[in-house]
Amino acid sequence: MENINKTILIADDDIDYLFQMKMHIESFGFNVITAESQKEAEAIIQSVKPDLAIFDLMMESDDSGFILCYKLKRKYPDVPIILATAVTSETGYSFGVNTDNDKQWIKADLYLEKGIRKDQLHKEINKLLKI
Amino acid sequence: MSTLTILVVDDEEGIRSGVSRILSNFQVSYPFMDADLSFDVLEAATGEDAIEKIKTTKIDIILLDNKLPGIQGTDVLEFTSRNNPDILVLMITSYASLELALKATSHGAHDFIPKPFTPQELKSAIENVSKHIFLRGMTQKMKKEGKEVRFQFLSVLSHELKAPLNAIEGYLRIMKEREAGPEIAAYDQMIDRSMHRIKGMRNLIMDLLDLTKIRFEKKTDKFQVVKVSEIAQLAIEAINPYAIQKDVQIHLVDQSKIEINADPGDIEIIFNNLISNAVKYNKDGGKVEIILTIIDQKLNIIVKDTGIGLTQDEIDNLFEEFFRVKNEQTKHIMGSGLGLPIVKRVVDLYNGNIFIESELGKGSTFTVVLPM
Repeated sequence: MENINKTILIADDDIDYLFQMKMHIESFGFNVITAESQKEAEAIIQSVKPDLAIFDLMMESDDSGFILCYKLKRKYPDVPIILATAVTSETGYSFGVNTDNDKQWIKADLYLEKGIRKDQLHKEINKLLKI
Repeated sequence: MSTLTILVVDDEEGIRSGVSRILSNFQVSYPFMDADLSFDVLEAATGEDAIEKIKTTKIDIILLDNKLPGIQGTDVLEFTSRNNPDILVLMITSYASLELALKATSHGAHDFIPKPFTPQELKSAIENVSKHIFLRGMTQKMKKEGKEVRFQFLSVLSHELKAPLNAIEGYLRIMKEREAGPEIAAYDQMIDRSMHRIKGMRNLIMDLLDLTKIRFEKKTDKFQVVKVSEIAQLAIEAINPYAIQKDVQIHLVDQSKIEINADPGDIEIIFNNLISNAVKYNKDGGKVEIILTIIDQKLNIIVKDTGIGLTQDEIDNLFEEFFRVKNEQTKHIMGSGLGLPIVKRVVDLYNGNIFIESELGKGSTFTVVLPM
C-alpha cells in the first residue's frame, strides 16, 4: 500500500480518544505518532515532519490546538492539519476554516467534530493527502 | 429613545456637514430593543481637535478620515484605542487606500467606509455599528447578572460529560466491529478503560450533586455541635485504602478537641475534598498532615501535603469550576475539577476563608478558616 510511508501525528490529551484514533488510522495503513499534550507535540515537530497532523483544540490550555496549528505551519507550511474538537456544539463557539478570514487566524486545513465515523475520517485524510 | 454621539473627523467641510445632515433625523430600531436609537453628530476638522473632543465629551462612534492636515487619522485611532477603547472607530477611506483601511481595522478600528459613500451606505454602516454597541451593552449586562457564567458552566459541563461518553462509545464500536480480532482478551484493556471513564463520570455526577446542594439549600436547620476531629477521622478512613496503595501516611493533630456549630455535611465536604486532594496529588511514600487549631476565635483547618505543588498561575485558577492542573504528573489522576470550587462555596457560606501556600515539587498547604 502506498500509505505505508506516510506518517500522521495525533495530539490529544484524552488518552482513550488518542488510542482509538491511533488504532483506526493504523488500520488505514499509516504510521502514527501520538502526543498527549501540546508540549509533547511541540517537541515532536522539532525533529519529525509528519505528512499530516490531527490536533485536539483544548489540551493544557483552551487554545492549545490553535497554537500547534500555528507552530506546525510556520515550520512546515505544506503539512495539512485537521483540528478536532468536541467543544463547538456545546459552547456555541463556531469557527470554520473555509473563509479567507478564518484562514487568517486558524491555520488548519480542516475542522472536524469529534465522534466522526471511521470511514469518513479515512476519506478526509485521503483527500488532504491527495491520495 | 436613547442617543449615541458620533464624532466626524474630516478636513473636508462638505463631508462633515453631509454626515451631519444625513444622520440628523436617522433612527435605528430593532425588534429586541426597548427604544429606538438616534444620533448626535459632532464635527472636528483636525486630529488635534478630535482628540480634544474625545477628552471632554462622551463619544460612542468616531467616523475618521485618515488624511488630515496635522496629525493623521491613524494617530487619532491609536489615541482612542489606548485611552477610550470603548469608542468604536469607523475609518473613512478612499478606495485607493483600502490596504491602509485593512491595516487600521487590525489596529483597533471597528470597520471602514469607502469614500465616496452614498447616504444609504453611511446609514447602513452606522446601523451596524450601533447594533454592535447595543449587543455589547447586553453582553455586559448579562455578565453582571451571571448569565454568561452559568452558560459557560453548562457548556463546560456538557463537554466534561460528553468526553467520557465518546471514549466509551468508541471502545464499544471497536468491540462491535471486532477490530482487534475475535478473542475477547484482546479487548480487556478497552473494557478497563471504559470502566475507568464510567467511574470518572460517576464521581463528576456526585460532585455535581454536592454543588447543587450547596447552591440551593440554606441548611441552618441542620446546624448542630460538631466534633471537628470526628469528621476529619471519617474522611481519613474513606480515603485510606487509596492512601495505602500510594503509601501515603496521614496524621491528624487536634489538641483542643474543637467543636463548631455547623452542618456536619458541610464540614465533611471540606475534609473529603482537601484530604483526598492531598493524597491524590502526593508522591508515593509522601505525607499528609491535618492540623485543627483555633486562632483568634476562628477554626483553622490546615491540610499539608508533600506532593507535586502548584504554580502561582495554577493557584489563581484553582477555584474555577472544571479547572484542572494539567501536567505529566497529573495526567493519570482522576478528578472532576469541581472539588475545590465546592469547598470554596461551603467556606463562603460560613463567611470563612481559604488560603493556599505551595512550593513546586515540595508540597502544598491548604488552610480553611471558619468563624466559630
